[in-house]
Amino acid sequence: MEILVATAVGLLTSAGIYLILRQRTFPVILGISLISYAVNIFLFASGRLVVGLPPILRDEAVAYTDPLPQALALTAIVISFGMTALIVMIALSAYLSDNDDRIDMDDVSDLQDNDA
Amino acid sequence: MSHWIILPIVLPALLAPFILMVIRHHLDLQRIFSVAGTVALLGIATGLLAHAATGDITVYELGDWPAPFGIVLVLDRLSALMIVLTSLLALAVNLYAIGSGWDARGRHFHALFQFQLMGVLGAFLTGDAFNLFVFFEVLLIASYGLMIHGGGKRRLQAGVQYVVYNLLGSTLFLFALGTLYAVTGTLNMADLAVRVAELPAEETALLRVGAVLLLLVFAIKAAVLPLHFWLPASYANAPLPVAALFAIMTKVGAYAILRMYTLVFGPDVSVTQGLVGDWLLPAALLTLAVGSIGVLGAREIGRLMAFAAIASMGTLLVAISLFNPQATAAAVYYIVHSTFAAALMFLIADLVMERRGGEIIAQRPMPQTGLIAALFFAGSIAVAGMPPLSGFLGKLLVMDAARDSDQVWLIWAVILISSLITIVGLARAGSILFWESHDAAHVREPEPEPEPHEDEAEVEIAPKAPALPVVACFLLLSGLIALTVFAGPMMDYASATAAQLFAPVDYLDTVLRRTP
Repeated sequence: MEILVATAVGLLTSAGIYLILRQRTFPVILGISLISYAVNIFLFASGRLVVGLPPILRDEAVAYTDPLPQALALTAIVISFGMTALIVMIALSAYLSDNDDRIDMDDVSDLQDNDA
Repeated sequence: MSHWIILPIVLPALLAPFILMVIRHHLDLQRIFSVAGTVALLGIATGLLAHAATGDITVYELGDWPAPFGIVLVLDRLSALMIVLTSLLALAVNLYAIGSGWDARGRHFHALFQFQLMGVLGAFLTGDAFNLFVFFEVLLIASYGLMIHGGGKRRLQAGVQYVVYNLLGSTLFLFALGTLYAVTGTLNMADLAVRVAELPAEETALLRVGAVLLLLVFAIKAAVLPLHFWLPASYANAPLPVAALFAIMTKVGAYAILRMYTLVFGPDVSVTQGLVGDWLLPAALLTLAVGSIGVLGAREIGRLMAFAAIASMGTLLVAISLFNPQATAAAVYYIVHSTFAAALMFLIADLVMERRGGEIIAQRPMPQTGLIAALFFAGSIAVAGMPPLSGFLGKLLVMDAARDSDQVWLIWAVILISSLITIVGLARAGSILFWESHDAAHVREPEPEPEPHEDEAEVEIAPKAPALPVVACFLLLSGLIALTVFAGPMMDYASATAAQLFAPVDYLDTVLRRTP
């Protein structure tokens, strides 16, 4: 199971990094989403992987899983969800204002824009 | 238990939704409440500073859960100083934004402003690494809104870059925290410090990875080379008063480096010994060099100030990366100076930009040239580190602290040469902006306006140009002057702060409720 989780994290991260290095905003946003999924799984695994054990106190339980990483992952999910929504909105308005969704800003053409 | 510590977080956290939901359509009421909140914040911060100055470390346990299990807020000398600094800066920027009408050019300026303050103050107060991440996100999400305040094509494009860069930084932060948690099983800073010190040597490989990842995150925030690329484009295209407020955000990165790498991965911890200083010092020197070269090469006033801010972060990080009490005291002094100086320069840049556009070329003269030129002159002296203002003292302290370092000649050479380059760059920009303008006008118009006498300019301009922005600039300038005049008491406080940081036993005892 460790191998499975580790490969998942690795694959998601590398795919995410590849997408972030693209020129347009849409793949970059997808890449950020992928990396944030990767980090959520990574956080979840940081409390050691166990199967079928409860995270909270129970009378019949023999052992427990660490509940804290689950709380951390939840927080991280909420935050990354909000951030993704926000960046989609900002990217959309940037696209609508210029009809261009390149992520990099060309300084030379910008200066010419200012002159005009 | 005193509840005063949490007030700097609760006050803006309540004020922002109030502004957003109750008085969203009343700009005047928003202004009144926002300024009143900032003034109240300054009062609370001063009270906390007076308390922390006695050397007490105060802990506030949220929900009354004891330290490693619950989240704690910790007030010590460093965090108290940073809170006072933030509220002073916030007051000046708020007054400027109101006076210049920037807050009316988009919606929800004051609500976002208060949320931003909440995030910054929370980051300074928290004693928990994951909570630090959460407050980073609060301050970032508010800063995204402020950064694109007012809209416009270029600002939105720069905003996308800024958000993408910081989202990546946040993800890296989570990876670092996950690694640290996997090794130590805790995220409370004090508890981390104890566990890291106890860790057997063979299990420390991951810990070093975590420490370096964390340093990268804070380096992104502090705009250390080569992770500084977000800063010039973002700051130059953000509304410049907002960029002035962002002067505190790079300091959040510097503060986090100072906190984590004195408390958790301190100079005495063998596994990470030398790790941070060895990497940070060359990066800081490069930051300083590139920042000053950027000042010389900038063709637009917003970028000029952004590179000046990068250069001052370079000087600050040189002091931090030496990791000894004397250098840290110098760093604490320089943090205060460089926040005021950078913010002042951004506000002056906005004064110029509003009157004649951002490009550094000769144009017709603008109203109030004399006044703005004088402000620019004073600000440049502070930023470049010339006597008599506090930048000179700050750089002197940093260089004095570097005297025992192995690389003293390198450090001195970089600081002195980059200061010279900065002076040349600012002098060039200033003479084009304020002097050549007159000449150019002289050629074009045979009868230019007579040299503006103080009184005449006042009478003529008064209805057009409100006084409040200038008042805000002078507030920051007087902060710099006070920092120079009261350098003695300030250095005493900074030395005490450094002593407290480098003897974390008190901190650990107080937070973990150990009886010494």
